[in-house]
Parts: sequence; structure tokens; C-alpha cells
Amino acid sequence: MRLDLLAELNRARAERRAAVLVTALEGGAQRLVHADAIEQDPLAEQIDAALRSGKSGTVEADGSSWFLTVQVPPVRLVVIGAVHITQALAPISKLAGFDMTIVDPRTAFATPERFPDTPVIADWPETVLPPMKLDRYTAMACFTHDPKIDDPALEQALAADCFYIGALGSRKTHGKRLERLREKGFTPQQVERIRAPIGLDIGAVTPAEIAVSVLGEIILALRKKPLRVEKAA
Amino acid sequence: MLASDDDILGQAEAWRRDGKGVAVATVVETWGSAPRPTGSHLVIDQDGHFLGSVSGGCVEGEVVTEALDVIADGKSRVLEFGVADETAWRVGLSCGGRIRVYVERVD
Repeated sequence: MRLDLLAELNRARAERRAAVLVTALEGGAQRLVHADAIEQDPLAEQIDAALRSGKSGTVEADGSSWFLTVQVPPVRLVVIGAVHITQALAPISKLAGFDMTIVDPRTAFATPERFPDTPVIADWPETVLPPMKLDRYTAMACFTHDPKIDDPALEQALAADCFYIGALGSRKTHGKRLERLREKGFTPQQVERIRAPIGLDIGAVTPAEIAVSVLGEIILALRKKPLRVEKAA
Repeated sequence: MLASDDDILGQAEAWRRDGKGVAVATVVETWGSAPRPTGSHLVIDQDGHFLGSVSGGCVEGEVVTEALDVIADGKSRVLEFGVADETAWRVGLSCGGRIRVYVERVD
């Protein structure tokens, strides 16, 4: 592999741009194809399919074997609410390899002392989220149960088609939340993507146990079904 | 696809920029119950330091040894590992799967 290709691949990852490295398994010739330049490539069809599935693999074309290394952006987790559950979720999501950011306008909660190793932004979601450019490689978990804080975040996550959207709250709280979102113009199909009550049903009681159940649910959404690329097609 | 992949290829680039010989090993095919999915990376420097994995630790030692040869001669190669069987394989996968690993030098 040429160093410049490796550097370009690493740069694409850092900038959250999808790319596919094409390697001829005989001879070793290589090229990097960015998601926005697939059409010009001779293997356009195969590269497009690999990118949609998010899986690397070998393809055969014109009697040769090519290996497609698919690189999709690293998975991000945006948490709304710098609460007790979030304090437990921060270290375990780091362990699982998620790039987590916490947003909470309540300055008493959103302090670096409470979250020594995770970025915390003490501002409103409607201000913080647009420049973050949520995408389908982003998961969002809302833990404030305050509609003033959670609702604007959920609206942006739905619009960006985040692969996981979860919100804390009882069935009753969630029912009212869905009504408000539908009044905002979201379809029933869209709002039913919100996981509530949040987390896998493992009987979690403590904040740390709830954090584990939420992380498990996010991993399930990420790994068990293809990322929502296919539906977008 | 987790952030650790980031560190793995990032480490390969950093080693190379430090002037070290570096090889990248990639799982290009799996059959049966393989521990790491296709596309997983292991990166190796000329001194035998490595980061990442291509199996559950079963064949990494062999891949590192082969990678040192790849760093020395610059020739990419495909390695195949299967079920542990002393007549067929020097090392094997106790899980019963089979994997093919492509090893290339970073130039």
C-alpha cells in the first residue's frame, strides 16, 4: 500500500467521509475511491454495493479478484442530558469504541468534573447539533425527559436519519412526546423509530445498568441490521 | 468499524512516517466461524510491534512473522489459515473456521 493512499484513507475517516480502498489481490495494484466519485470507477457497481452494506469483501470482475476495504465513518454517540446514567455510559461507550459527545444546557450538570474523559457542551441542542452534522452513522440517546431539551434534539436526529434514536421516559411520557413530534410534521413511520422505553429489557435498575442496556441496544441497532443506507436507496 | 480501526491504520501511517518498515494485514475472506470479520486489520512494524487483530489471537504470531518477510522483500502475499491440524497447518484456528489474510508493505 502506498503511504499516500493510507494517509488519504485515514484523512477520510477523520473527516467522516466514506471511502473504499480497492486492492487487486494479484499484483497488489490499489486505488482509493471516495463515496462521491464511485460512478467513474470501473468497479462502480460492486463498490456501490459494498458501501451500502458497510462490509468489506472480495469481488470478482474480468477474471480478477479485488478486495474492497470499506471504510464508513466512525460511529458517534450524541447524548442529550449530562445526568447520572450518562456518567456511567461515558466510560463504557468509550470502551466499545464510540465517539461520544454530551450536550446539556444546564450548566450545573454539564461540567468537566462530572465527565473527565468525554466532551461536554453546556448549550442547547438546537445551537450545538447543526454544526455537528448528524448523519446515519450517529446514534442519539436523550436522557433529560425535558421536552424543551429533548424534543429539538429528537427532531434533528429524525431528520438526519440517525441509525439509533432512543429517549428516556415512561410510556405515558413517550406517548405525549410522539404527539408533539407528529404535530411538528413527522410521520408515524419516522417517530416509531424512537426507542422508548430506552434500552434493552434486561431488568436494569441502577443508572449503570440502564447505561449497559442502552449501549447494548445501540450495538444491536448497529450490528444486527444493516445501517440505514439501504433504505435511503 | 469501531474507533479502534482508526487507531490501527493511524498507527501504521505514524510508524511509516517515523521511517519504520510497516506491513498491513487484512482479513480478505472468512469461512465458517471466524473470530474477526472480513476487513479486520493487523498492522506490524519492522521490530515486530503490532496493533489490531485478524483472529482471536490464534494466528497473529504467524502473521507477524510473515509480515516481517513482507517488510523485507516488499512482496504482498495471501496467507490462509484453517482448523488446527499439525499435518496441514503450523498454526490454526481452534474455532473451526478458515480465513485468508492479505499482507502488504506500506511504501
